[in-house]
Amino acid sequence: MSARRSTSAHDAIVVGAGHNGLVAACYLARAGLDVLVLERNPYIGGAAVSRSLYEGFTYSNCSYVCSLLRPQIIRTLELPKFGLQIIPYEGGCTMMRDGGHLALYDNHDALRREIARHSRRDAEAYERYSRDMIRQCQFIKPLLLREPPDPTSFRPRDLAELAYLGRRFHGLGERRMYDTLRFWTMSAADMLDEYFESEIVKAHLAGSSIIGTALGPRSPGTAYVLLHHYMGDIDDTVGAWGFARGGMGAITQALAASLRASGGAIESEAPVEQILVRNGRTRGVALQDGREILAPVVLSNLDVRRTFLKAMDPGDLPPEFLDGVRRFKIRGSSGKLNIALDGMPTFPAIPAGSPCIRGDLHVTDTIEMMERAYDDWKNGRWSRAPYIDMLIPSQIDPTMAPQGKHYMSVFVQYCPYELAEGPWTDERRKAFGDTVIETIARQSPDFKRLILHAEVRTPWDIENEVGLTEGNIFQGELTLDQLLFNRPLPGWAQYRTPVRGVYLCGSSAHPGGGVMGAPGANAARAVLRDLGRKRAA
Amino acid sequence: MIETASSGTAAPHYRQPLLGTPFHARSRALAQVDQYVAWSGYSTVDVYTTVEQEYFAIRNAATVYDITPMTKYRIAGRDAVAYLDRLVTRDVARLRTGRLGYCLWCNDDGELVDDGTLFRLGESEFRLCAAMRQIDWLEASAIGFDVSIEEVTERIAALSLQGPVSCAILKAAGLGEVATLPPFAIGRYDLDGIELTISRSGFTGDLGYEIWMDPSAAEAVWDRLFDVGRSRGLRAIGSRALDLARIEAGYLSPWIDFVPAEHAIRVGRARSPLELGLERFVDFDKGHFTGRRALLEERRRGPRSCLVGLDVEGNKPARAALLYADARCRREIGAVTSAVWSPTCKRNIAIARVDAPFSALGTSLWAEIYLNRELVWERRITRARVVERTFFAPERRRATPPADF
Ligand SMILES: Cc1cc2nc3c(=O)[nH]c(=O)nc-3n(C[C@H](O)[C@H](O)[C@H](O)COP(=O)(O)OP(=O)(O)OC[C@H]3O[C@@H](n4cnc5c(N)ncnc54)[C@H](O)[C@@H]3O)c2cc1C
Repeated sequence: MSARRSTSAHDAIVVGAGHNGLVAACYLARAGLDVLVLERNPYIGGAAVSRSLYEGFTYSNCSYVCSLLRPQIIRTLELPKFGLQIIPYEGGCTMMRDGGHLALYDNHDALRREIARHSRRDAEAYERYSRDMIRQCQFIKPLLLREPPDPTSFRPRDLAELAYLGRRFHGLGERRMYDTLRFWTMSAADMLDEYFESEIVKAHLAGSSIIGTALGPRSPGTAYVLLHHYMGDIDDTVGAWGFARGGMGAITQALAASLRASGGAIESEAPVEQILVRNGRTRGVALQDGREILAPVVLSNLDVRRTFLKAMDPGDLPPEFLDGVRRFKIRGSSGKLNIALDGMPTFPAIPAGSPCIRGDLHVTDTIEMMERAYDDWKNGRWSRAPYIDMLIPSQIDPTMAPQGKHYMSVFVQYCPYELAEGPWTDERRKAFGDTVIETIARQSPDFKRLILHAEVRTPWDIENEVGLTEGNIFQGELTLDQLLFNRPLPGWAQYRTPVRGVYLCGSSAHPGGGVMGAPGANAARAVLRDLGRKRAA
Repeated sequence: MIETASSGTAAPHYRQPLLGTPFHARSRALAQVDQYVAWSGYSTVDVYTTVEQEYFAIRNAATVYDITPMTKYRIAGRDAVAYLDRLVTRDVARLRTGRLGYCLWCNDDGELVDDGTLFRLGESEFRLCAAMRQIDWLEASAIGFDVSIEEVTERIAALSLQGPVSCAILKAAGLGEVATLPPFAIGRYDLDGIELTISRSGFTGDLGYEIWMDPSAAEAVWDRLFDVGRSRGLRAIGSRALDLARIEAGYLSPWIDFVPAEHAIRVGRARSPLELGLERFVDFDKGHFTGRRALLEERRRGPRSCLVGLDVEGNKPARAALLYADARCRREIGAVTSAVWSPTCKRNIAIARVDAPFSALGTSLWAEIYLNRELVWERRITRARVVERTFFAPERRRATPPADF
């Protein structure tokens, strides 16, 4: 490790070309900085990536649907001009073990009549539920693209931001202030019980409370996770989800094109070994290949654990801080299957002609089943009856599979990072994949016969491929102790770190995970403020 | 073919979200301009021929309007009176059997959840007709009461027969006893073996009746009315013509003149009966009801805003106009919720929400009206005066027995 070659200096280096790293780089480049993005993999995108692993098919290997990506970012960075198209999909469906189903439809009356098949009252309660979700979203949304205030500081900026937060909170009115506090702390199951009587309705809605989360639907804090999945929008339709045309990699490809257009550069296959520090301030980074690249500002797109425990020298960091980093909750709980299909599988539980088949499909019909699936995770094994979030994007997006064939994306909850029975092996990965395939086959008799190729990803694989510690999809769990001014650590929520010039710009920072871009945009703003520059546009 | 609630065949809801009412085949045959509108899950006619002709039939002859989509609940049981008395703001115990009353219900904060009509069909049997679906609210309010609540919307077909000739038509149809029915009374009748419930009620502010029947009798009743009514100027009307009439009568429409409290997303958007000028339907002396405490407090402090009637100068309806205290539009004090040129009153009328200090009768305000003149927009700052919200209330609506025209 002696003779290191120092290459030309940049204004800022972004470590990692995940979507947040790219968003941050775009904003910095637009403000006139000379930015270089360094990516470990031969491809960019992190968990927002499209890859072709089987002839003619494109997979959204990790993330697969889009809603959270902030509209301001899409607009300012001109992503549509660089090829990004987001197409909403309609509805979704939970297939029941007894052959029944519950679907969600966009049309208000179709939806009401559908829910009323299970409970007339729930059909109306759904409106109350949507109203309350939208109310809570309206409170949170403006906070997404703001730096959370430090409640213990007396700096004018923090006081002003705290006052803003306080005003918004008070603006909710007394009753809703209580609701908000409850929303942020209660379990999804308890929350849904306040609205619905029908088990299938609750089970369908509870799905997004456990996605990517090492908690069960009955664990306190999961109501917020549900909300986290609701606060996005497409073309101003709150809670709508859609496909990025060409897969989620289309988002990061558009970001990369936008970045290049404003003069930024990306180097892939350039894993960073260490962020260099001298006298409490960064000088740049050292790459695994021995090169040193200098810059006074380094933004890390890696999660907080990886940034400080792997890419920095512990000696450069305060011990108390390191201790907090070590205890940051970032447990892996999700797997993913990407499947190339020779044709469209049939699902007898879904009525012919129902558009819900183009939405998200599920097979878990009770909250109890989800909770039992979580029990398996706690015991160090993958769920024997996992919760799956399954979509067939090729029904809508013609670019994902050859004509007549289909691409299926299957997100799997729960799958542990470490198995009780021993390390992940090829056989165990295959057994995990088979469990998921059998789960789907129970609702689709011809499914197995149609499989041409399947990519099976465990949390362990996700960590190794994307660099998400333990495979946690959000770069750290979304519970109140790790949200807002507590994210990633209390006192360190403003993208800055104990080392001057080093910033966090990934999902470990406020407002958290998902393909949202907000942490990247906020981090760039913090950098520019520290440099005394104004943000572009 | 649109599926009707009773036919149970045809397309599933995900292909055809809207149902047809039991009158669908009949209304379809008369709907010349193919303008339909979704109403509570039903496909209903918005315009049959022309809004003007339909409207004048309401005020000049008689009209049939399909009100089947109105949400209907059967509320019965030992505690029905006590339950309803806690639910709505009027004194239900004093509503006699065989009568109906306009009523309001509020949430705990005294904000209006919805309004509707309550029919007392028996000692402890009621029917509540509401604009919005309510089962969630009604059941949540029923905890601790021995009462059964059932939605019966699909089980009852209903027509509103309105206009000065409406009683004459019923008489000609063989329902002569209807003439003795005073306003807000309910009677049961037999039309050649068809059981009908007829109430003297409606949404036009004019003489009129509502006819309630089993869906299987719907077409026969429609046919009978038209057989005897056609020569008397009877017409089927759509929602647009009715809207004109209801504004003249000063009646409120949910989502247009107020946001139902349980649907309001933003803080401060819901309205109380006091703000809506409906205080006379709130009985503070009857004992506790949901929202009473908040309403008492509001009455003490005075409401923040009021829904008033406006007489607007000129003849251009002040649709969605912002209202100002001054002609230079510096102080915004409210907004118009409904506005039309009233063809009967020959006045340019509006319903508007104004800040409380500007709600006294006779107050002069300014409305900002935009006119599209062949794609060129003109802005008119027009004077408006606060007036009684009931713009049209002919004596004939009360006369018992009613005159023949
Ligand atoms: C299986 C799965 C499914 C998901 N589904 C969805 C979904 O449908 N919708 C949604 O909104 N969100 C979804 N998510 C979450 C979302 O994808 C992530 O939260 C988000 O993409 C994280 O973005 P990021 O930019 O913060 O970090 P990452 O995407 O993790 O980016 C980090 C980047 O840093 C690189 N890197 C790591 N180490 C180094 C190093 N030493 N040197 C240089 N580069 C390095 C990585 O290769 C990677 O490119 C999913 C995540 C997963 C894993």
